Amino acid sequence: MVTAQSQPQSKETEQYNVIGTRPIRHDGVDKVTGAAQYGADLNLPGMLAGRVLRSPHAHARIVSIDTSKAEALDGVKAVITNADFPRAADAEIDTGEGTANLRWVLDNVIASDKVLYKGHAVAAVAATDHHIAEDALELIQVEYEVLTPVLDVRDAMVDGSPLLHDSLHTKELDGSSSDNASNTASHLQFTKGDTEEGFAEADVVIEREFETSMAHQGYIEPHNGTAYWRADGTLDVWTSTQGAFVVRDSVAPLLQLSPSQVKVTPMEIGGGFGGKIPVYLEPLAALLSQRTGRPVKLTMNREEVLLATGPTSGTYMRVRMGAKSDGTITAADVHLAFEAGAYPGSPVGAGAMCSLAPYDIPNQKIDGYDVVVNKPKTAAYRAPGAPQAEFATESVLNELAEQIGQDPLEMRLKNASVEGNTTAAGMPFGVIGNVECMTAAQESPHWQSELEGPNRGRGVAQGFWFNIGFESSAYAQVNGDGTIPLVLGSTDIGGTRASIAMQLAETLGISSDDVHPHVVDTNSVGYTQVTGGSRTTFAGGWAAYECAMDIRKQMEQRAAQIWECDAGDVAYGDDAIIRGPADEDGNDRQFSFKELAGQLATSGGHIVGRADVNKTSSGPAFATHIVDVEVDPDTGKVDILRYTAVQDAGTAIHPAYVEGQMQGGVAQGVGMALNEEYFYDDSGDLKNASLLDYRMPTALDLPMIEPIIVEVPNPGHPYGVRGVGEVPIIPPAPAVRAAIASAIGVHMTELPMSPRAILDATVLDED
Amino acid sequence: MATEHIVVNCAINGESQTFLANERDSLLEALRDRIGLTGAKEGCNNGNCGACCVNMDGRIVNSCLVMAAECEGSEIRTVEGLAMGDQLTPLQNAFLEQAALQCGICTPGFLVAAESLLEQNPDPSEHEIRYWLAGNLCRCTGYDKIIKAVQQAAGQSVV
Repeated sequence: MVTAQSQPQSKETEQYNVIGTRPIRHDGVDKVTGAAQYGADLNLPGMLAGRVLRSPHAHARIVSIDTSKAEALDGVKAVITNADFPRAADAEIDTGEGTANLRWVLDNVIASDKVLYKGHAVAAVAATDHHIAEDALELIQVEYEVLTPVLDVRDAMVDGSPLLHDSLHTKELDGSSSDNASNTASHLQFTKGDTEEGFAEADVVIEREFETSMAHQGYIEPHNGTAYWRADGTLDVWTSTQGAFVVRDSVAPLLQLSPSQVKVTPMEIGGGFGGKIPVYLEPLAALLSQRTGRPVKLTMNREEVLLATGPTSGTYMRVRMGAKSDGTITAADVHLAFEAGAYPGSPVGAGAMCSLAPYDIPNQKIDGYDVVVNKPKTAAYRAPGAPQAEFATESVLNELAEQIGQDPLEMRLKNASVEGNTTAAGMPFGVIGNVECMTAAQESPHWQSELEGPNRGRGVAQGFWFNIGFESSAYAQVNGDGTIPLVLGSTDIGGTRASIAMQLAETLGISSDDVHPHVVDTNSVGYTQVTGGSRTTFAGGWAAYECAMDIRKQMEQRAAQIWECDAGDVAYGDDAIIRGPADEDGNDRQFSFKELAGQLATSGGHIVGRADVNKTSSGPAFATHIVDVEVDPDTGKVDILRYTAVQDAGTAIHPAYVEGQMQGGVAQGVGMALNEEYFYDDSGDLKNASLLDYRMPTALDLPMIEPIIVEVPNPGHPYGVRGVGEVPIIPPAPAVRAAIASAIGVHMTELPMSPRAILDATVLDED
Repeated sequence: MATEHIVVNCAINGESQTFLANERDSLLEALRDRIGLTGAKEGCNNGNCGACCVNMDGRIVNSCLVMAAECEGSEIRTVEGLAMGDQLTPLQNAFLEQAALQCGICTPGFLVAAESLLEQNPDPSEHEIRYWLAGNLCRCTGYDKIIKAVQQAAGQSVV
């Protein structure tokens, strides 16, 4: 095996041959040589280039659209608007991050009667060249009746606020709908105990309000979509997506096709973080292809990505928390109002589920509101909703610890959720690594070190994300030389070909280099849910495990057939030796995996292993982060001096990619904490729609990020896997806030804690 | 809006090339759409992300900010020109061994930029590496393993 580094396996993975090692990822060479084909790299014979015309207004009624001049431009082959689509059914579809009404899905793809955010698609053009397509956009004449935009979540909730949707009524707690139309799409609530009694028992009660800005996933690859509508009525789609089946099941009903008529091929994907689950360009490319009879490729530029694809919610949050002087938290009241963007479906529910989950607090009330505003429809972003909600709750907890005079990790340990506890949302905890993360943080060299110097401070925070399971498939045939092409439906964003192949290899007792994972189209593998929810290594690995067990069973049967004995007397060992009963002369009979593989073709045919799993269980993830910062009191700039991320991975299948998820999550969390914000003017114009002004962390902004992997195996998985992708984005913001407070004595109440915000809170406060 | 086309002669990855550029084509568009070299990626198309980094006459450029017509007589090296057949460079191997890529979209730009750093400064400090690569955005890794890969390629010990 090509093993990247000589790091030893962890104590927990020493029992394994493959799991816990660091092989070179199977798709690595293609990705360091430029050979890997991402969505925008596709080039088909006769292919046309498409561009999208977008609204200059945040809120307006479309009075008329005249495409005739654009259609007359030499080289333009088709122009489409919403009116060219079949009328969408009033039905809910699975969007991979929940469900959504098909009409709203279509309206977000291309506006019908109203535009609801700046950048909302209005028309699309296909032309022989993308320069011509861009020229054509300028020739499309749209008459708008401009309406007052609603840009703040609290303003949007007020009676009498301009309405985005006349048909939207608030879905109340009891399932009923409000009489009046509203921008508040729904109200949810989780309760436990009696908060009034709990607050009465508290010695210290702290209440804080927080505001957070919309922030973007920031994947480096813009969205793309290519479609070819064949003369026989079948549709091919190629796209960079986290979920090829979700694309199929969105595109097919939008164009009134059967799923069997639509084949979606997931190309290599240049980052997603949740934002590449919804469809944007694919339905447009499909209809343009139908109109022209040629393949059509659409790509977004960066401005379009920032204007019109899913950021995560901006929020207004209020948290009240009380504790006894010994640090016991007695009650918490959490109010979360999340911007959904232009259509319902913010991640407030997930935020509410996560907000207090790390702690066993007897009395809790958590209210969540999903509110539409004239900003892009939000999409999932890494632990959707949790970074905001836990920023609020972790921040108040840190302040309680400070007021009581207790070490913030000690206070967390005192209140920590453990096995047997149930969250306010009704989620029971089995074996979890919450406490183990906290104690590993306490024992870390970072926490044990002294931090000295003016304007420097240290902060800590906890994070929780529930993770998901659901459907994954794996097919694997055994070649005559003992190698295995492994067919998967999960887009590989960060090394999951390797982490899934390693679990197949472990189960068969072979080298992961003998497994060749391939991500294939929707006609070539069983239904597989999105690469998201930290589910891919968990559920994909489970499918690989069951697929390998299927192979083991078939190989036992084949050996029995060859040896003319009972299959029940043959056993496939974890060492990849297939052993049978002794022959008539008393000699042991056995095959190595490769020996039997070489005989398959002539002893009855090849073997194909197959598994389709649908796991409703998951392995909850916890993380503890420690950060040291230095604040420049003159500029308000915060430098990250040192960062340690502790996380329970369950079992780290490929530790290097687990560390990578932890480090990448930290970087995004630090960006959310310090710089990244959607900056709108009063008209709803996004003023920073470029990567110069939407300021994501660079290599110079971060130190090395020290990962500490805790392994508390998940008993609900064959190899103990928990998802690792999402939880590391949660603790950075509250940890950085606590560090800033420790450095300069100011408790920030907004995200990002940008130089402007810090100067507002310090210098301007003194005036 | 009639479009002029321009004949451009240059050397790409050591091979002389003649191609017909749309007068509005950037070098990035010419590489990807006219020549078929899709290793350089478009991340922002305005010079802020570095995914389209190529080496032009010994300098690192964001190819989205160079007009194709400006490349007459130039020597251009892209990510496709780093490896010799299946012989990867030490930096490419280090990226694989250090797990310095996740989605991989920024990797071509980082490799071209970091190869250039190591040519000019074979033993860079961590700060020098971070400074040199600050024009290349990565959203997946937090940069940690990328920095370590460059250190490994420079022959430095990597913890």
